Order: sequence, then structure tokens, then C-alpha cells
Amino acid sequence: MAYQNEKLPEEKVFKDPVHSYIHVRDRVIWDLVNTREFQRLRRIRQLGTTYLVFHGAEHSRFQHSLGVYEIVRRILDDGFRGRKEWNEEQRLVALCAALLHDLGHGPFSHAFEKVFNLDHEQFTQQILLEQTEVHEVLRRVSPDFPQKVADVIDKTYTDKLVVSLISSQIDADRMDYLQRDAYYTGVSYGHFDMERILRVMRPTEDQVVIKHSGMHAVEDYIMSRYQMYWQVYFHPVSRSAEVILIKILHRAKFLFETGYAFKQEPMHFISFFAQEFKLKEYIALDEGVLLTYFQLWMEEDDTILADLCDRFVNRRLFQYAEFDPAVQYMKFGELITLFKEAGLDPEYYLVTDSSSDLPYDFYRPGEENERVPIYLQLENGDLRELSRLSDVVEAISGKRRTDHKIYYPEDLLVDGNPLHEKILELLRG
Amino acid sequence: MLQEHAKIVQFISLANEVNGRKKMQKMVYILKKMNFPFAEKYELHMYGPYSEELTLRVEELCEMGFLAERFEDKGSYKQYCYQVTDEGSKFLTTAEAPKEQLPKCIERLNEKSSRFLELVSTLLFFDQLDKEDQIAKVRIVKNKLNFTDQEMDQAFAFIEEMQVSSVS
Repeated sequence: MAYQNEKLPEEKVFKDPVHSYIHVRDRVIWDLVNTREFQRLRRIRQLGTTYLVFHGAEHSRFQHSLGVYEIVRRILDDGFRGRKEWNEEQRLVALCAALLHDLGHGPFSHAFEKVFNLDHEQFTQQILLEQTEVHEVLRRVSPDFPQKVADVIDKTYTDKLVVSLISSQIDADRMDYLQRDAYYTGVSYGHFDMERILRVMRPTEDQVVIKHSGMHAVEDYIMSRYQMYWQVYFHPVSRSAEVILIKILHRAKFLFETGYAFKQEPMHFISFFAQEFKLKEYIALDEGVLLTYFQLWMEEDDTILADLCDRFVNRRLFQYAEFDPAVQYMKFGELITLFKEAGLDPEYYLVTDSSSDLPYDFYRPGEENERVPIYLQLENGDLRELSRLSDVVEAISGKRRTDHKIYYPEDLLVDGNPLHEKILELLRG
Repeated sequence: MLQEHAKIVQFISLANEVNGRKKMQKMVYILKKMNFPFAEKYELHMYGPYSEELTLRVEELCEMGFLAERFEDKGSYKQYCYQVTDEGSKFLTTAEAPKEQLPKCIERLNEKSSRFLELVSTLLFFDQLDKEDQIAKVRIVKNKLNFTDQEMDQAFAFIEEMQVSSVS
């Protein structure tokens, strides 16, 4: 039997707290799960620094990737199979893309990418297309199969319906992470009726659409997403941890560039500092590696690096204050001066951070929106954009919400020193 | 601390005015690809490379009063236009001096249509591929725009021109 059609002698199941069970029958999927690049995802948390706020949020990208695979498998095997709009030959490429869509994420992805100017999507492409175990498995299907999977993840695959399963405003990726992150953080937001949504998903030539009768389930999903962003993803304390993490990496890079003699040579980072790394070195990184360095760097002579690492490892995070750039940007200059006077390097100890989210948006002909909308399919087969029929969604469509914070080490300033008092007054004012 | 904000104000100041959010997105992306130091992260969206971070930064700059946003209804389409305010000009004094090639590159980009910049930026998004594959990718992701062979040739010629202008 051809490798792409090969089934396991017995179905494998992974017990999963979100989907109950994740079912694997295809040999290709099983082989992919057992590659070293996929197993690496066990060592990368799904939510980065959020575990410092919601202690349950220790779940990994491995779990999430399996979850996305399971949702796509159910859409295809339970919902699309036999429908004329669905081409069953696309099943395997869709399942592989679902499973592998996050393969290129690095440790504490967001912070790491920001400091080293990287893009995890490019690494996903490289892992799929270069000499890796994942590539070898995909090539056994056919020589052009790795490229097909890469194209789906890259959103350039010819069959847009397959792309939309994994990347759209209502896709398997979002449906898994909302529920999984809600489960592991323990919050009561993030829940919605996925079973209902799966039942009302319909394939069309260009994208997945939703049967009109499923509109309320979709409304619930969009509101869940909205709440999760503000209650969990943009939580100001996990943003504080991320700010410190970014500053640690910046400091280490700066020290390396200026010839500082590390007690603990940053072997794993040198090629990144020099911007000359290879894929193998990227894959060798995980959160365990980073945290080990942070522990060791707490003993460094550089007081800034040692202090920032101690803050991250022992959760002595920065305090935050609201910051309205529209009216407060002038005080920035004053704060920078005062921080310098107080012996605190503002580059590392005075940080602004902004979060912004657009919960749902739709394309208006002639306007400049960049998102593919969710369509409802009416009984006569016509498609209508979701917010045209849903008052709830219409109320939040196109409405961006932004939050600005300023982060600082309050613990170093609450000693009664008049200069420190002045700084605190400005920050809190 | 607001250096990345300052770069965007500087960019719009050098352009004098940028007409359309889409145009701004593509101009900054192309400049970034020409190694001008913009930090905004881009992904491939409906109209080509798009940066949520740039959208947020421009919104903040409007809130700060450094940029003025004007809505124009052109009948068949609508767009937002951006200019630097007096406050923004004062803020610009905190910015680092731009690379000397930047003004000329911005001028050339600003002369082009959004459609053309969309084509150029999407080609650049796939610049790790060889020319034929780049074109094939663009034809897949932009299948409804029906770019002609002539437009493709013009876009590649423009990329070459920008590559030369950005270093000489």
C-alpha cells in the first residue's frame, strides 16, 4: 500500500483534556509525531510567560498542535467527507499542515523573535523543506509533498479551502487554543460550543463557511476570543514578565557585542547574537535551555543582567502603571532623566508596552481592510457576511481596543529617597 | 524609547503625505526589505504583506497627536490619509537622522499606485524563491487581481531600481 494511504494496524489515541481523545490512524501522522522536531514542541510552552500569572498554563505547543490536528480531522472525516465541494485527495495535506503549523516556534517565541528579528513562520518553512526528520517523512509521501504542506501553512496553497481550515477568522488553530488556554489557565472565558460549530461548517470553493443556523455558536466563539485576549493573553503581569525576558536577551546581546567576559559562556546564543545561526542551532533551543542560562546568569558580575535574570526566575516582576501616550508622552523625557539620576538605566528599567486587538473584522469593498470575513450560508445557498446578520458581532466589528502600560522596578524605588519618591509620583500620576 | 515611533513619523514627514493605509503598509514593507531599519513585523494577508504592529503604531501616533488622519471618500473607494502635525515635527527632533538614501526611496514609492506596491511587496515577500516561483506564488495568492506580464516586468525592474537606490 502506498505510504500516503497506509493505516496503522490499530488506532492510536492520545488522552487529551480538551478533546477527550485525539485519534491517529494514518501512518504518516504517527511518524510525524515521532520526529525530533515535533517532539521538541513538548519543551515550548503554548503561552510563554503566562504561567507566571496563571500557574496552570504550563501546557505546550505539542498539545496544541495535536489539538489542531484533531479538530481538522473531525471537520474532514465527520463533516466534509462525501460533500461535492470537498476533494478527499486534500485530506492528508490538510492534516499534516494542521499538525505542523507551529513547528517553527522558538522558546518564549514572541520575545525571542523580537530581540533577534526572527520569524517563526520562516523556521516552520525551513523545517518542512530542509534536511530534517519531518522533511524525510513528508518526502516519503511524494517529492513535492513537503512543499504542499509548506504552502498551506504559508497561505499560498492553490486550494484556499484547505488554507482556511488552519488560517482564517474561524479556524482549527483558534478553536483549539481558545479552549486549551481556557482549560489550563482555569478561567471561565474561552468556552464555546465547538461541537455545534463543527456540525455547521460547510466547504465552499474558497473557504469554510457556516450554516446560518449556527450563527449563535459563532457569536459565542467570537466573544470568547475577545474575552480571552483581554483576560489572559494581554494580562499586564505576564506582559511584565515578557518585558523582563526581552530585556534579558537585549542585555546579553549587548554584553556579548561589547566584549564582556561571561562567567557562563552563552554558547547557545552566540550565533544568534552574531545573526549567523543555522537551522540546527535554532532547533537546539528550547525553554529549558533559556531558563538554565537565566539561572546561571544570576551569578554574573554585570548587575543589570544578574538582576533581570533574578527577577524573571524568582518572579520579582516590574510594577506597571497606565500610560496614555496622547497626554503623557512628555513626561517620558523627564522620567528618563530622573531614572539616570537615580542610577537606573532607563533602557532596561523603564519600558512601555502596548497591546491591541481587533476581535473581528470584515472586508468592505473599496476599503482597506486586510481580513477574510466569516460568511454565513443561507438556506438558498447565498453567502452573507457575519456582521450583516449578527447584531452582537456587528457591535464589535472593526473596533480595535488598545492598552498601553509603563513598566518599572517599584521595589527599587520605595525606600523613601526623595528622588525615588518623585519618580513614583510621576509614574503613578 | 519611542525610536520606532519616531521612524514612522520621519517616514511620513519625508513622504509629506501618505494616501491610504494599504499604501503605507506596503511602502514600509518595501523599505524594510531594502534594509532600512523598520522594526514592524509583517505577515501575508489579503492584500499582501501586512503588519498589525504598524497599524497599532500609527494609531498610537494619531492618539499622541503626532500624525493627522484624514478620511477621504473617493466615491468608488475610501481611504485614510496621513500627515505629520506640528507636534509631530517637534517630536521628530528626537529621531535619529535617516540614512541619506531614504528620502529618494520614499519619493519613488509614493509616486506608485497601491496596486503596484501590492504587487512589488508580495513579490518581495517571496524573494527567497527564484523569479519564476515568485511569479507563480503571486499568481496564486493574487489570482483575482490578474496582474499582467507587463506589470510583473515593471515590478521586477522597480525592485532592482530600489535595491540600487537604497545603497547608492
